[in-house]
Amino acid sequence: MGELVSKIPDGPLAQKWTKYKSSVKLVSPANRKKLDIIVVGTGLAGASAASSLGELGYNVKNFCYQDSPRRAHSVAAQGGINAAKNYQNDGDSVYRLFLDMIKGGDYRAREGNVYRVAEVSNDVIDHYTALGVPFARDYGGTLDTRSFGGVQVSRTFYAKGQTGQQCLLGCYSSLSRQVKKGSVKMYPRREMLDLVVVDGRARGIITRNLITGGIERHSAHAVVLATGGYGTIYYLSTLAVNSNASAAWKAHKKGAFFANPSFVQIHPTCVPQLNEFQSKLTLMSESLRNDGRVWVPKSKGDKRPANGIPEEERDYFLERRYPAFGNLVPRDVASRAAKERCDAGYGVGETGLAVNLDFRDAIKKQGRKAIENKYGNLFEMYKTITGKDPYEEPMRIYPAGHYTMGGLWVDYELMTTIPGLYAVGESNFSDHGANRLGASSLMQAAADGYFILPNTISNYLADQIRVPAIPTDTPEFDEAEKGVTEILNRLISIKGKETASSFHKRLGKIMWDHCGMSRNEAGLKKALGLIRELREEFWQNLIVPGSVDELNMELEKAGRVADYFELAELLVMDALNRKESCGAHFREEYQTPDGEAQRNDAEYTYVAAWEFTGEGKPHKLHREELKFEEVEMKVRSYK
Amino acid sequence: MKFTLKIWRQKNAEAKGAFVTYRVEEISPEMSFLEMLDALNKKLAAEDNDPVAFDHDCREGICGSCGMYINGHPHGPVPAVTTCHLSMRHFRDGETIWIEPWRAKPFPVIKDLIVDRSAFDKIQSAGGFISVNTGAAPEANSIPVRKKDSDEAFDSSICIGCGACVAACKNASAMLFVSAKISQLALLPQGRVEAKERVRAMVEKMDELGFGNCSNTGACEAECPKEIKLTNIARLNREYYKAF
Repeated sequence: MGELVSKIPDGPLAQKWTKYKSSVKLVSPANRKKLDIIVVGTGLAGASAASSLGELGYNVKNFCYQDSPRRAHSVAAQGGINAAKNYQNDGDSVYRLFLDMIKGGDYRAREGNVYRVAEVSNDVIDHYTALGVPFARDYGGTLDTRSFGGVQVSRTFYAKGQTGQQCLLGCYSSLSRQVKKGSVKMYPRREMLDLVVVDGRARGIITRNLITGGIERHSAHAVVLATGGYGTIYYLSTLAVNSNASAAWKAHKKGAFFANPSFVQIHPTCVPQLNEFQSKLTLMSESLRNDGRVWVPKSKGDKRPANGIPEEERDYFLERRYPAFGNLVPRDVASRAAKERCDAGYGVGETGLAVNLDFRDAIKKQGRKAIENKYGNLFEMYKTITGKDPYEEPMRIYPAGHYTMGGLWVDYELMTTIPGLYAVGESNFSDHGANRLGASSLMQAAADGYFILPNTISNYLADQIRVPAIPTDTPEFDEAEKGVTEILNRLISIKGKETASSFHKRLGKIMWDHCGMSRNEAGLKKALGLIRELREEFWQNLIVPGSVDELNMELEKAGRVADYFELAELLVMDALNRKESCGAHFREEYQTPDGEAQRNDAEYTYVAAWEFTGEGKPHKLHREELKFEEVEMKVRSYK
Repeated sequence: MKFTLKIWRQKNAEAKGAFVTYRVEEISPEMSFLEMLDALNKKLAAEDNDPVAFDHDCREGICGSCGMYINGHPHGPVPAVTTCHLSMRHFRDGETIWIEPWRAKPFPVIKDLIVDRSAFDKIQSAGGFISVNTGAAPEANSIPVRKKDSDEAFDSSICIGCGACVAACKNASAMLFVSAKISQLALLPQGRVEAKERVRAMVEKMDELGFGNCSNTGACEAECPKEIKLTNIARLNREYYKAF
């Protein structure tokens, strides 16, 4: 593999996308139906890509592991979706949204990509509104917005605390329309287990039918991965428990570079772990920080009930440390500040691994009704899980693994290093740098799928119109299928004593302890050893009951965990390589005297793109230098 | 806590199923119902036995994957809660718990507690959308929507498609599910344009797939984990009559 070419168009920032679109190669409507496109995943990025490509007239095959496309994990996003509409007359603009994202990402994202997503953000809101997404409205009938962490304007559109659900159902409805039309064929309950590359181009995938266990071959002129992030590498995270990195990882092993794997966002406001068997950590939307105040007692180990602690004995540590942004600092800053207080012994609850998020003052000021209107469903959810009423006492929250800024490396066209293979939404690395701002993931996923990919993929497909439907009875498909079958058979025949979930939990603990919210060289090196040891043990002592040719959820899990062992190692390698702190990547060796992240722009203003060079061989690092032509790199400050 | 579980086991769609008895111990009251089943499955799998198959994913009550009959109620005895959010503190120590899949002809059992709900996707595809292509949307604020209508549309839109309404209904009616989507789109000016075609197509598909009719017993509303209201069905009926 040669030099990484990002393909950012020349010219002024604000004109790059327009210029690109007016010069890109097109495919005529008559030729589109001769071209097959595989889309893997049905979240905001996948369903929007599949439906838009279907509308254009391409022949789309859309896959998901769930029983229905409506269940993809975008459904769980809560707080909102950003757009630069400036409906509030508070000084917002495309440029300001771009700046906030560049700064929030701690200057580790591409200017051109970020500007483009900000630019199409308004189209996304228009489109969702037209699809019938019931965003919150004001009494005059216009759309309402709220503010979100890390910015000083109110640009977040929302549907109570269920914005992700509403946007996803909007995507699902547009997808359903294409299914009816016949331009998209759905393949639910299918898991992608390998990518098929023919003559250097992505030409198909191997899937397992999760009901019958049957291995299937699917071919296409181009393949789009919209398979989400890898937050479940920590075992406990805010993600759906079946979310996994396997599709992206298999593509990586077939030649797609993996970029910035160590950039993982730990979300500050999650319900803390309550028991040993816990399978996930539930997110409490960041929007709660608009009205909730975060605090811990001023004295260590204060075990009094929160309401019994008088005002002067409370430490509102975010307001104290960051007076300008207060409780609305970006997620990485809020998470680390909470961890710092808990590590220092000020945490609350039985475990001491929690801080208070208090609505007392907001309820006093605005009334219970107003708070209920904004956060009703979140308060109910909290009560359902914990049995405690946040109207009466503060919520307890603690950070949890949430979003992965890292992912498959893509160029401006969202194409990976394998020609014909695209990655959209969270599965790519492109727009959030080292930290994502709240309400930007829905924006980016929908922007990628609805407005960006459909405009860039034609540049590749224009050269494919003479290529007939790709046959699946070729040596490349044979070989990929053989590889898949071998791994499945190997997993099932170990017949040891420990389940895949149990290994996953142990791997997650290693990652959380040594490669989570803060990292250091000694810990990372230790983690490498521990991961390798555990991986050895996995391949000797795993047990998967049943057979490969039936519905077998233990087998599904085992395959995903096997891939996580490999990705975990790369994640740690990347964290070791980056000898600086930036955004969510906090290396303890590199911090300012007052404990903030210290970047090293001279040496690390690059995207680390890792190439797989073979089983058991070290990954090769490729650097894509980031050029800042528009903004001046500054120390990110929220004080 | 300890429990005796009577779980419906069925190898595949063709096989004849039966209840099998299991015992679980050391269950903490903070665990969710699915975490309790995880504990059982961990034990079964470690002994090379086939774990109990059930659908689940987000585990925060929003994806609609999970769902099972627990002691005669879809999603168990606690109102407005999905199975994944059902906490074990709501059960008595030592209790016997009966666990079954959704039972409805249009939702055939796939294995154990997993049923095939693809009929819902088919109804959605029949007309549960607004026909607007990407790029064709007008500016979002160009169509004002009364806050009351918008809020009401939201209340209907939060259906998670779990199928509890069908499972709860003695007629296996999908009226609550269908009416929630019909209502959401009928209440918004954007959705009015093709309201007639939509309601006819969705109702026709619902009937074709073998879902029964509504006889107003209200079991669906009582069991819906998202508290979708029966008034949606009234609106569906009104919309349907207006569509001819």
